[in-house]
Amino acid sequence: MIRDQGLISKIWRFAIWALATLFVLNLLAVIAAVVVNSFATRWLGTWLPAGWTTKWYFSAWKEFQLSSVVLVTFEIVFTVVIISGILGVTTAYALARRDFVGKRLVVLLFLLPLLIPPLTYGIPLATVLYQLGLGGTFWGVVLINVVPSLPFVVLVMIPFIEQIDPRIEAAARVFGAGTTSLFLRILLPLLLPGMLAALLLVLVRTIAMFELTFLIAGPTTQTLVVSLYYAVFASGVRAGQSIDAMAVVYMVTTLFWLVIALQFVNPTQIVARAKQPAAH
Amino acid sequence: MSGPPLRTRLAARGLDGTTMLILPGLIFMIALFVYPFFYGLVDSLTPKEGGWYANYAKFFGDPFLYDTIGATLWLALPVTIINLAFAVPVAFRVRLMNRQRLLTTILVLPITLGTVFVADGLLTFLGPRGWFNHTLLAIGILDNPIKLTNNYWGVFASLLITGFPFAFLLTLSYISGIDPAIEQAAATLGAGPRQRFSRVFLPLLVPGLAVTFCLAFVQAFAVFPSAVLLGAPAGPTRVISIAAYQAAFEQYDHSLGSAIALIMGGVELVVVLAVLGGRSFFYRGPAGGTKG
Amino acid sequence: MNSVANAVASTRSNARLELDGLSRSFGAYNALDGVDLAVEPGEFVALLGPSGCGKSTALNCIAGLLALSGGEIRLGGNRIDQLEPEKRGFGMVFQSYALFPHMSVRKNVGFGLAMQGVKGAEADRRVNEALALVRLESQAEKLPGQLSGGQQQRVAIARAIVIRPPVVLMDEPLSNLDAKLRLEMRAEIRGIHDQIGSTTIYVTHDQDEALSLADRIVVMSQGHIAQIGSPQDLYQRPINVDVADFMGFRTRVPGRIVAVFGDEAEIDVAGARIAGTMRTPLKAGDSAILSVRPEDLIAAEEGIAATVASMEYRGRAFFGLARTADGSELYFRADEALPRGASTRLKPLAQRALLFKDATR
Repeated sequence: MIRDQGLISKIWRFAIWALATLFVLNLLAVIAAVVVNSFATRWLGTWLPAGWTTKWYFSAWKEFQLSSVVLVTFEIVFTVVIISGILGVTTAYALARRDFVGKRLVVLLFLLPLLIPPLTYGIPLATVLYQLGLGGTFWGVVLINVVPSLPFVVLVMIPFIEQIDPRIEAAARVFGAGTTSLFLRILLPLLLPGMLAALLLVLVRTIAMFELTFLIAGPTTQTLVVSLYYAVFASGVRAGQSIDAMAVVYMVTTLFWLVIALQFVNPTQIVARAKQPAAH
Repeated sequence: MSGPPLRTRLAARGLDGTTMLILPGLIFMIALFVYPFFYGLVDSLTPKEGGWYANYAKFFGDPFLYDTIGATLWLALPVTIINLAFAVPVAFRVRLMNRQRLLTTILVLPITLGTVFVADGLLTFLGPRGWFNHTLLAIGILDNPIKLTNNYWGVFASLLITGFPFAFLLTLSYISGIDPAIEQAAATLGAGPRQRFSRVFLPLLVPGLAVTFCLAFVQAFAVFPSAVLLGAPAGPTRVISIAAYQAAFEQYDHSLGSAIALIMGGVELVVVLAVLGGRSFFYRGPAGGTKG
Repeated sequence: MNSVANAVASTRSNARLELDGLSRSFGAYNALDGVDLAVEPGEFVALLGPSGCGKSTALNCIAGLLALSGGEIRLGGNRIDQLEPEKRGFGMVFQSYALFPHMSVRKNVGFGLAMQGVKGAEADRRVNEALALVRLESQAEKLPGQLSGGQQQRVAIARAIVIRPPVVLMDEPLSNLDAKLRLEMRAEIRGIHDQIGSTTIYVTHDQDEALSLADRIVVMSQGHIAQIGSPQDLYQRPINVDVADFMGFRTRVPGRIVAVFGDEAEIDVAGARIAGTMRTPLKAGDSAILSVRPEDLIAAEEGIAATVASMEYRGRAFFGLARTADGSELYFRADEALPRGASTRLKPLAQRALLFKDATR
């Protein structure tokens, strides 16, 4: 539309842009501060550090046993991804294709873990897992992380599945495809892009998921983010640069998968919003 | 002869083999979400000592405990209001941009990196010798560095950084969901930019903004690592999640911990209901347009 | 008489709308390339053309929803192309209706009046009149979501005319309706126009709609105006092959001119000699194209030799497709179904065939 050229309008537009730019600048500066500090020999109140070094990375790697932490993180995260993927896609398929009595209740049940913050449901959940003897174990961490990931996969997959014309499946059956055939040759290839998107997003979210893992993890089953927390928590003991080096390792891990995920999805989908039902 | 076989009758109701596919996921959710909720509920009502109400009495009787509600609200409400107040005008401008992707990608970073990383970054950035204070001193706005870490303001900043992108992205998706022809129609009927916003966009956005507020508030209310790392967890930023965690895992009183978690959920629910109740004064229908 | 009708029939609607060299490009792509048109007060003008011809772009530029890359728009002699849409005062009916979903029918229709500052009893009166004109008085308190497509369309029309605009712009308003509703609404739109006498610019890709509604039709193609004329003009005397094709002259076969007699000429098509009316100057020996409507090309004893490829029954007659030996396609009419592969000869009815110069050979 032909833009309003008035002065007030221009000032307003400028103010909005200034605000947004300020926010982005501060945001990038916070991230940069971590990175810069991790390479600093000493940094006390000057614009940039006195000198540069990579020694903190080596010391952090040893101190925080990062090689095992990273390994554990990936073991946990990939297990979560696989489990929530299998459970999520089957559930999403059923929800997308069938209407049944009580469906709205079921959908609500899957929505709740995404609406309620993890800590609210995490404490009773962690307590239960401890009672079951899963406290501090690998499976305890995996299970607690599947709780928000499964609904997320379901929510992301349902629109994908709805997009596939059900008549394609009917056509396959008319041509003699049994259920396994149908699944392997028709559905799986069509679903692959959606599944990839959903699973990559689950991966990124689980690496960054702090509260749930924190509640259940033991010393050998901490993910990177939990180790980072403990390091910062006890930061009087260790050098700040070393902690920041660990933070950078964490950041690189997360961003690596984020970049891959962004090839397939829109950034907005990481913020899984509960889709409003069509009309009340 | 009896009617159609049971299978067919069930299928007509939508229950067949495919529907059964929800069972694995459903069983998982019931076992690991619904059951723990009820377990926690019962647990909170069976305290270590005292009657069924003992945990709640203890919570509301001890200022160290019940003040956490106020402290958390004092953080979560202003931050959410500010985040939403800034998200709306910015999203309104951005919807007209062609290349939104760069901006949305940058804004997704704090959400992806998470609160722990952001807290760590802010400790350096907002510290007395960090860039933030440094810049303000250099420009001349300040004479002495201000204390922004290990207090309310550090946590506030952290909630801004992780909360604003969330509110912004949600608002943007709601704004983009409004049929652009509606704005064009309003313009041809004589509505200037301000009138288009107040008479057309705002009423259509209110339901979405209410939902965004609720989601953003709930996220902010559950603040935990930033309050510990960046705040003063024994003092002004002793948020309710800290109280719950300490009860359950430091004092090993999981009954009290469950009770506090439930109270936390309860406060969130009250605020959410209040906001959603308020929005029903406005329009509540689809905003996509008038085609079915 | 309805006072909406009175009011529109006076003052502002006496202004003439002039489009002068309108251009609009998107990057390297010229959506509009020099469009000139003068619309008289009270005229119903249809912009007709296939997708991508620029008709919607032109309409959006007139409304102010798109800025011009070049040219001027004048209303009553005053330049308006630099004004924002809210200052132009035109009424517009959108293809998707674009009703405000959160407002009742009454509030929707009254929106333009509210923007103009018309309030109270005066506003109510005018809204009621507009609703009466589109026969929706009983739906006044409903929300758009509760109305059918046809009803929503009528609300959109009422909303556009209640503000008594000098020009009403309509962007393919009927394309989302089913066939029967389309025919009904067509009659209603023309009826409303006749009653209130407003200048109307109507965009459509449907030649039947344009023929039935418009006083003048502007056929557009690739950003230019191809032909302007009355419906009869365009139906009977299209100016070039493409306009002819768009107006229903489905058959276009190449041939060579053999002889010329005044306005008519004889063309040799696949060995047969056919007489036709020249629409471009031709002389013997020129390459030309023969254009004729399917209903005007009959299976007969003499004419162009062709083999039947398919036939279909359309109630009053059979219509078919036949191909000549060199592959040209002929759409024709027959009284009975001819079998596939049958040989036949096709000849146009007298005075119904047109001849155009073939620019490609």
